Amino acid sequence: MDQQKRLKASNRPAGRKIGGTVLIFLFLLVLGGFMVLPIWLMLVNSVKPVNEMFLFPPKWYTLNPTFDHFRDTYRVLSAMWIPFSRYVFNSILVTVAVTVAQCVFSSMAAFCLAKCRFPGRKFINGIIVLSLLYNSNVIYLMQYMVMAKLHLINTYAALILPTVASTMGLYLMRQSMASVPDAMIEAAKVDGASLFAICWRIVIPNQKPALMTMAIFAFQSAWNITGGSLVYDEAYKTLPTVIQQAAAAGISRQGVTMAAAVILFLPPVLFFILAQSQVMETMAHSGIKD
Amino acid sequence: MEAHQIGLKSKKERRRQLWRQVRQNRDVYLMMLPFMVLFFVFTVIPVVMSLPIGLTDFDMAKFPPKFVGLSNFYNLFLNDSIFIHSIRVTLIFAVFTGPISYILSFLLAWLINEMRPVLRVIFTLIFYAPSMASGVYAVWQLIFSGDSYGIANSALMNLGITTSAIQWLTDSNYILPVVILVQLWVSMGAGFLAMRAGFQNIDRSMYEAGAIEGIRNRFQELIYITIPCMGPSLMFAAVMQIVSAFTADIVARNLVGFPSTDYAAHTIMTHAFDYGWVRFEMGYASAICMVLFVVMYLCNRLISKVLGKYMD
Repeated sequence: MDQQKRLKASNRPAGRKIGGTVLIFLFLLVLGGFMVLPIWLMLVNSVKPVNEMFLFPPKWYTLNPTFDHFRDTYRVLSAMWIPFSRYVFNSILVTVAVTVAQCVFSSMAAFCLAKCRFPGRKFINGIIVLSLLYNSNVIYLMQYMVMAKLHLINTYAALILPTVASTMGLYLMRQSMASVPDAMIEAAKVDGASLFAICWRIVIPNQKPALMTMAIFAFQSAWNITGGSLVYDEAYKTLPTVIQQAAAAGISRQGVTMAAAVILFLPPVLFFILAQSQVMETMAHSGIKD
Repeated sequence: MEAHQIGLKSKKERRRQLWRQVRQNRDVYLMMLPFMVLFFVFTVIPVVMSLPIGLTDFDMAKFPPKFVGLSNFYNLFLNDSIFIHSIRVTLIFAVFTGPISYILSFLLAWLINEMRPVLRVIFTLIFYAPSMASGVYAVWQLIFSGDSYGIANSALMNLGITTSAIQWLTDSNYILPVVILVQLWVSMGAGFLAMRAGFQNIDRSMYEAGAIEGIRNRFQELIYITIPCMGPSLMFAAVMQIVSAFTADIVARNLVGFPSTDYAAHTIMTHAFDYGWVRFEMGYASAICMVLFVVMYLCNRLISKVLGKYMD
């Protein structure tokens, strides 16, 4: 009891020595520094003036940052037949639709597969894992044929629908929900809650870390959708498709390549920070509640 | 007891009981419907359609595909020396990247969890950022550029370790190590993030109970409380790790080109890409993918057995 009081007072979990925490921090700092170097180089080179680009030894910083490369990228993009804003609109539409639909549909399906007993459950759970492992270079052909049969070629649906049913997100949620105690769900059932209500009011609010992780995956895969051969009309193409076209060039246009990489990199990072800070908050709350 | 009774019932009665169960669970099926419709239409049906292709000679132009039986598999193992080579490369690649990045993911996810909330977000971002930077290969090409302007070369030459530039991306002695290094760099991906979520999802009261029960340090806490609670997340990360270790070909293709010098970075997946997207020999490409699937499936079974006690 005495020990417990002391722990509460210091607000530090059991057996935590401050020295160990500092050591861990330093370890993460050093390793993280190495991890972040290429990304730092990408950011620096996207604002480096051309005359500093090919110095020997290469420079890790620049004192004269310039936005020329971004301006060049934009100039190339805005000279296309379709206004640049259309690509931005397409990307935003596709990303929002995929992320929202994937989170809603996958959460519901994961809840059923993790917590309900029904005929067919084992079969579906098996298929989910198998489909994660099956990786075929031929499948794009069959997807195209299915889409053609459904008259979805060259529509927004062709960009959005195939990515919505991501088994990775479903599997993640299912694994996470497996740890929800059955007693909690039984109690809600006894109180007369419908299955839908149990899923959305009780289980999912408790799964915020996994839900936000799935949202990050969904956002990322949606943001990188290029459509491939499923859309051929320029008006349906997304930002990554055209930016990669604009950036495809040799070593002399390296600045533009880097600027393009940065433009494609920033939205997922911003979404990541947003989603992770949501999880951070829930942790703080549950800490206070305890 | 009940299972025994069901076994004795007639077929008709069993079917009626199944139907009753299905009706009782109507809500469950309704909730799964939107996901399952999309999943079946855009994943299951194309996969099932593509399975028989492995038994045919199919170049996408001549319909219908010509049935050739098992000859694709026969050629694959007996006549295709590059395929045999690609199996070796894939295994080396998987052995180096798979276990290392799995353990590293877990270690980092745990250590990050020991930090304060704001630092957690920052460190998670730092380690996950490579997975979000899809255009970052250009930077690695800069780092391992074959001339003295390349970062790696200029650093080595400045330190006096080498006197001339090393052809990192075209010398077949260096290609595989370089590709493995970059793969490890991008490998703090889905598995790592899922483990982070797993750590965050553990009930605080477990730790408090542990402290009262006499947990003395972070290692005991990790072994007696955290890991037993994380089984499902560990399983998810293992599956993702198998997939990324065996199917990684994007890093190699972007970094050292396709095909790489002496096929030094030619994995099974690269081989399938070659036949599926370059030569359009769909039957053969499909057979390659089938072999890869079987290897991954066996690997998954093995790991499930090891992590078995955590599975539901």
